Amino acid sequence: MANQSTNAIEASNLNAWYGDFQALNSISLQIPKNEVTAFIGPSGCGKSTLLRWFNRMNDTIHSASATGDLRLGDIDLLSSATDVVDLRRRVGIVFQKANPFPKSIFENVAFGPRLHMKLNKTELQDLVEWALRKAAVWEEVKDRLNAPALGLSGGQQQRLCIARAIATGPEILLMDEPCSALDPASTLAIEDLMDELRSQYTIVIVTHNMQQASRCSDKTAFFFEGKVIEFNSTEKIFTTPNAKQTEDYVRGKFG
Amino acid sequence: MSQSGTDKTEEKTANALASHRRDKLRGSESRMNTDRWFRRICVMVAAVSVIILLFLLGSIIQQGVPSLSTTLLTGTPEPDPSQAGAWPAIAGTIWVCSICALVTLPVGIGTALLIEEFKPRSRWGSRIFSLIQLNISNLAGVPSVVYGILGLTAFVSMFSLFGVDKNGIQGFEVGAKYFDQFTNLASDPFLSMGMEGVEERYFLAPVADRADPPTIPKQGMTIFEYQNDQLNPVKISVVGPEDLPPTDPVELSLAIDANALPGRISEKAWYYFRLPFGRGVLSGALTLMLVILPVIIISSQEALRSVPSSLRDGARGLGATPWQVIWNITLPAAAPGIMTGSILAMSRAIGETAPILIIAGIVYIRNAPHHLMDSYTVLPLQIYNWTSRPQEEFHSIAAAGIVVLLGILLSFNAIAVILRHRMQNKIN
Repeated sequence: MANQSTNAIEASNLNAWYGDFQALNSISLQIPKNEVTAFIGPSGCGKSTLLRWFNRMNDTIHSASATGDLRLGDIDLLSSATDVVDLRRRVGIVFQKANPFPKSIFENVAFGPRLHMKLNKTELQDLVEWALRKAAVWEEVKDRLNAPALGLSGGQQQRLCIARAIATGPEILLMDEPCSALDPASTLAIEDLMDELRSQYTIVIVTHNMQQASRCSDKTAFFFEGKVIEFNSTEKIFTTPNAKQTEDYVRGKFG
Repeated sequence: MSQSGTDKTEEKTANALASHRRDKLRGSESRMNTDRWFRRICVMVAAVSVIILLFLLGSIIQQGVPSLSTTLLTGTPEPDPSQAGAWPAIAGTIWVCSICALVTLPVGIGTALLIEEFKPRSRWGSRIFSLIQLNISNLAGVPSVVYGILGLTAFVSMFSLFGVDKNGIQGFEVGAKYFDQFTNLASDPFLSMGMEGVEERYFLAPVADRADPPTIPKQGMTIFEYQNDQLNPVKISVVGPEDLPPTDPVELSLAIDANALPGRISEKAWYYFRLPFGRGVLSGALTLMLVILPVIIISSQEALRSVPSSLRDGARGLGATPWQVIWNITLPAAAPGIMTGSILAMSRAIGETAPILIIAGIVYIRNAPHHLMDSYTVLPLQIYNWTSRPQEEFHSIAAAGIVVLLGILLSFNAIAVILRHRMQNKIN
């Protein structure tokens, strides 16, 4: 029972398919609240699939299906009766490639709040400023909030997307390889940002970058061929992993 | 043994590469020549189409501009070339094309949205969708005259679904008032002889139902006269065959022959509507819709497909419903592309002649349309009419009509291009 309050998301015996291809094979793991959890593993091992089940982004892929148990608090994430709109407000997602809307910077951040909340103009402006400050991009864009978001640099765009995601007030932030298209400086900025955000949000990050996982996560799950091989504290995974496969992977021997 | 084998292979490959490099150096000259010639041919081919267009425009402007006048723009198509105008046709073109755009854009974009954004999950659903898709692609290639015949059955007569009543009147209607019109005795050429100063007057007797038999003139019946755009009641006197017509000019101007046969006329309100549509503006606009709908659907689909799915994912990830994703993200991002397709399609609609010829027919129209069911003509038909006349003057008027048509086309396009440009600026 104590577990329930400290875990944000709980999966047990979760299987997921794309058509006939089984992408996830009896996954059981608990994502702890207010911590950064990293998913690592070679390409095609199911990390992103699991992440996309956390806020049902797989709904648009017609062949995607899942069985087992996946819960966010008392919400059954696999049930077709789940209010997906409210779920996605509570579980924000940041994608691999920055995808700002072809609108102004302000409109990008205001998009989510406009969908879910009734705010007057000043409240909305305050919320946008708060989110942009949280995402550490405010100083760079405060003079050009009405400029098109597509004019920002790649790193700024990705931080804008993070601001956009936290503007709806989520509890959990899913990040699907958020830095894979960024230069080292922008990557560092986003890692610092995750460090800032970890006290208020549960963050799940999928990454191919071992250093990034070891630098900024509290817990790490190593995935291989649709299974969780090992899920432990990051320190343990990167220093004394239990499984041979994990050790080989984090040492760069395969994958 | 195997060692020397690999050595040999390596040597062979190296030789082949070396000779290839030599060939390349030798061949580079001729290759660059080919390149140059290819470019020249491309320029020539492009120039041919531009030259033909310029030649056409030049000859039309040279012929047409001298006849371009305010009479042409505002007048009615008179038989005298010096007074011939195209206003009814210009108004008809604007009416038909505006209604066509109003109907086609929602239908076309809606269909494209359905096909692109709401792809079905089930196997049968996707089969039906691909059938629809195949259908649309095929419809884009159907000659427009075929749509004219379809429009004739579907809109003009509506498959004769609205049967004919016992008085030979078809369908039903709203917004029309019927009158029986009488003329006074003064208009009788035999009676008016020697009665100078008696004006001709027309009287209107309201008819309750358009199928009613003609009104018989009676002493003291309710009858009206049009004065200052108003129906005013008048007192008339009915003169029988044995009676002598009144000699007083005022009385004579108010007298009706007891055996007079009225003519039935109707007054139609701006909201006049009837089923079937008949050969009116609405039928023409809907038929043009059939012609350009496939083009608009296909170009809108193309535009929607070019919106990156990462944008849709982003909006969905923020908790937007499918409708919110489409309205806030997908449609605005696809709007410039949709506009481009719509501009092209509307340009086609403006110049389309064959289906309109079938729907409207060649009729002599003196007025701009007043309601959706009004008879009309369009500029291409008017131009066709003028070019087929023997008088030389009409040919230059026809050229002037083409200049006007081009003017309308270009200004429609200019508005659309400006709108599209604004949208694009907003996005980037």
